[in-house]
Amino acid sequence: MKTHGAVLILSTVVLLAGCASSRDQLLASSKSQVALRSIQSRAFDTTDRERALRTVVATLQDLGFLIEQASLPLGSVTGSKQGKISGFYTLRMTVSVQPRGATQLLVRANAQYNIQEVVEPEPYQQFFAAFSRAMFLDAQQID
Amino acid sequence: MPSSGRLFLLIGSVAALWGCAGEIPKEALQLTSESLAARQMQTRRFDSSDEQALLAAGGAVLQDLGFILKTSEPGLGILVADKDRSAVEAKQVVPAIVFSIVLSALVGQGVEIPWDDRQKISSTLVTHPSGAGDSATFVRVTFRRIVWTNRNAVSKMELLDEPRFYEEFFQRLSKSVFLEAQQLP
Repeated sequence: MKTHGAVLILSTVVLLAGCASSRDQLLASSKSQVALRSIQSRAFDTTDRERALRTVVATLQDLGFLIEQASLPLGSVTGSKQGKISGFYTLRMTVSVQPRGATQLLVRANAQYNIQEVVEPEPYQQFFAAFSRAMFLDAQQID
Repeated sequence: MPSSGRLFLLIGSVAALWGCAGEIPKEALQLTSESLAARQMQTRRFDSSDEQALLAAGGAVLQDLGFILKTSEPGLGILVADKDRSAVEAKQVVPAIVFSIVLSALVGQGVEIPWDDRQKISSTLVTHPSGAGDSATFVRVTFRRIVWTNRNAVSKMELLDEPRFYEEFFQRLSKSVFLEAQQLP
């Protein structure tokens, strides 16, 4: 039993040593950039950037976020939401709105749940569903 | 510790490191009926198209309440402010001390039950032209707080959702702009 314990400890150490340094989190992303961008972005048939940004603010507020920062010239809004599910959680989200061609806007959202990047498509689908309803415009998937 | 106990501990810690910190809750980004109720509680309509004046007046009310302005974007009608305050409540501290003394005596060593010590109250104020051609502006304010115990652990993260906070805020705002704050239908 003693040797078993030693082997287990040793293999755990080896397994953990194989992990990347926590510094590598700086450039780490859990999905391919292309896949993530398509999950996080939608195109809308409008060029009214200010209205889109104001609608982002209103949508985030409706979803229970507190706006932390926003910039019209840069076209970005950041908000955070806190809740309790077994423990406290903090969900943070930045949404940016940029022109896409001459007739469209590209809206991109990226979210962080506690200390993790949100890479599942569903939360973004829910956000864009609420946003496009408030914009009275369809969200178009981009390639 | 028996070796099986040690084994469980090891497996447990490995599993904890392997697994994630939990997935995002399904309802985190879902609109609910409560979202609408919250919007109504936090929003008033003012018969004015002067969005900047309403934003400035809102900022002044927040200052009156002791908030420190953190950031603003007048182009989008946004003000963000917060304040740090005590969160000590006698009705929580007294039982905590009494229980700590009783427990310490029972266990035979020092036991300390923590109590709420300080809090950060955050606020966002957003103005929004009604856009219906009636020269009205919507103002929405949201208050939230995080509370820490005297042991520096987070004990509460919550929306301050009593309607009286919002009623009082909008009363002050409407006084300062000489306009009536109208409840949403």
